[in-house]
Amino acid sequence: MKILVLIGNVPDTTTKVKFNADKTAFDANGVQWIINPWDELALTRALELKETADSCIESIVVANVGRVETESTLRKALAVGADEAIRVDADPKDAFYVASQLAQVAIGFDLIFAGIEASDYNGAAVGGMLAELLAIQSVSAVSGIQLENGSLKINREIDGGSQTLAMNLPLLAIVQKGIAKEPRIPAMRGIMMARSKKLTVATPIEVEPLTSILSFELPAPKASCKLVAEDQAKELIRLLHEEAKVL
Amino acid sequence: MSDTKYKAPDHFQVDELFSEEHKIVRASIRAWVDRSVKPIIEDYANRAAFPVHLVKELGAIGAFGPYIPEEYGGAGLDHMSYGLIMQELERGDSGIRSMASVQSSLVMYPIYAFGSEEQRKKYLPKLASGEMIGCFGLTEPNHGSDPGAMETHVEDKGNHYLLHGAKMWITNASIADIAIVWAKDEQGVIRGMIVEKGWKGFTAPETHGKWSLRASVTGELVFDDVIVPKENVLPNIQGLKGPMMCLNSARYGIAWGVIGAAMDCYDAALRYSLERSQFGKPIASFQLQQKKLAEALTEITKAQLLTWRLGTLRDAGKATAAQISMAKRNNVFMALNIARETRQILGAMGITGDYPIMRHMMNLESVITYEGTHDVHLLITGNEITGIPAFK
Ligand SMILES: Cc1cc2nc3c(=O)[nH]c(=O)nc-3n(C[C@H](O)[C@H](O)[C@H](O)COP(=O)(O)OP(=O)(O)OC[C@H]3O[C@@H](n4cnc5c(N)ncnc54)[C@H](O)[C@@H]3O)c2cc1C
Repeated sequence: MKILVLIGNVPDTTTKVKFNADKTAFDANGVQWIINPWDELALTRALELKETADSCIESIVVANVGRVETESTLRKALAVGADEAIRVDADPKDAFYVASQLAQVAIGFDLIFAGIEASDYNGAAVGGMLAELLAIQSVSAVSGIQLENGSLKINREIDGGSQTLAMNLPLLAIVQKGIAKEPRIPAMRGIMMARSKKLTVATPIEVEPLTSILSFELPAPKASCKLVAEDQAKELIRLLHEEAKVL
Repeated sequence: MSDTKYKAPDHFQVDELFSEEHKIVRASIRAWVDRSVKPIIEDYANRAAFPVHLVKELGAIGAFGPYIPEEYGGAGLDHMSYGLIMQELERGDSGIRSMASVQSSLVMYPIYAFGSEEQRKKYLPKLASGEMIGCFGLTEPNHGSDPGAMETHVEDKGNHYLLHGAKMWITNASIADIAIVWAKDEQGVIRGMIVEKGWKGFTAPETHGKWSLRASVTGELVFDDVIVPKENVLPNIQGLKGPMMCLNSARYGIAWGVIGAAMDCYDAALRYSLERSQFGKPIASFQLQQKKLAEALTEITKAQLLTWRLGTLRDAGKATAAQISMAKRNNVFMALNIARETRQILGAMGITGDYPIMRHMMNLESVITYEGTHDVHLLITGNEITGIPAFK
């Protein structure tokens, strides 16, 4: 059995977001890139499944759509234990474009993991689109996955409770946090071994993105906070009337 | 996925000088420190206890002997990676970095560089995994800066040696399974040997009452007629050069490590100064506080560039002992000054364990003393310039 884990390359979650002058593109200057947190957890779960005693998993492949700069993100995935990586050499223009590219390389896998969203644009669309393009079943909001004697048991968080499903392969599982406890940290030996693991660069296919970006806007800066001493209720009321104008 | 707000300063885009692999190494150790060191270290330092459970974790992540070849349990990485590992560990705590420095540079390195094949096979994999802890005994009660005058010695008894003497201020002493001990033979030549815990006549009492490196174990090694089999002597080294080569490797790591401590202080102080208001505005808006921050960033930047260059030279096999000495001295002093200055930015808050600065400051008092004191390293540079050793 072969598993594919989709790996988004996203800015570190502590990044101070900036845009270019005409606000049409993210300014990537000085940004540290990481594996999309949901994908990182998916990879962790895939590795756990592979390591179980009766594992029937031969290999875990990771794939992304991105330019050469994203290879270090794939190397990190290899360093924590993925066996092979595929990079489709293109700018990830939008969800449909990315899903279409991935559909070319996501062939022959029994189980595909996609993160429920990516922490950059939070589009939450690639997983579902890819399953449709591959014409395989998918299940979303997966927070637990067990593999016993070749059959899959899936847990989903639903409104007010949870659901357990039995699923057949092939399957694309769209995972949310909870799928694994903590992402793994690459060990130094793993980093060394990742050097010699296979990283295939695939040529993108011609496909038109379905969306185009008009502009980005940052949220309005947070207003400063004013503290009023506990015995100054009158002052508080005055401020609410005159400054905040909410009374 | 990192929860911390820590942001390492990189004013001169030094990051561009590192390979992608170096950055993965750094990010991994940084994440491990955030997960395993930061949440517990204040408590351990407070209780003057060593978090011994971290030894196995350090082994698993690969912080022990990263430049030792894989066949002996190492990761086969370069020295730039080793430096970055030390930098990130010391952002957590100098005591944790000291543990890893000793294990890597003062125990694994001599066994790898001067040991027999049997010694390498027997000890290195266990030291790399953290199954075994090592220590390094050079300093003695009467001989610190002048280790060449050591009194610890061995008597040749035919198929074994008899070891007498005492070592002092030894990191990991009381928790170590093996000690690399330097002692003079009957001809007065310094020899290195692997002494195992539990051997008759060997005791390792812990030294208490330290106000520095409180989360690291320091102790004595006492040898009272200890029988050392000859196969435990490191065959491929004789003379003071042996321990000095080990210290070279450890000092190289310290030059990197202390940048981590300095960056942690800088980062904590910068954030605090932007959040804390006095006289109606953030204290970061006052010139005197900006001076402290600006000078700290300047010194960190210089240290980053110095170690990057030193790492490049070391990987090319060209870094000299004098260069490593200068980098150790410069960077430790830089970090200690930054700790002292940035602590003041935090006012009273700076003396508590809610922030890491006071702990770093106290730790760095050891770091400026061990592996060659601040003064002695200056004399090494003096010797390099003039050809006249002023320390003798
Ligand atoms: C926490 C800690 C851990 C340590 N771990 C280890 C370890 O694992 N293994 C080990 O072997 N050692 C270890 N040491 C010992 C350390 O290396 C020594 O403390 C150091 O070499 C200095 O020796 P000393 O303390 O005897 O000081 P001394 O040599 O007595 O020096 C005292 C002062 O005199 C100055 N001085 C000495 N000689 C000269 C000179 N010629 N010219 C000018 N000034 C001079 C020094 O600069 C210093 O200021 C550790 C020390 C500490 C504090």
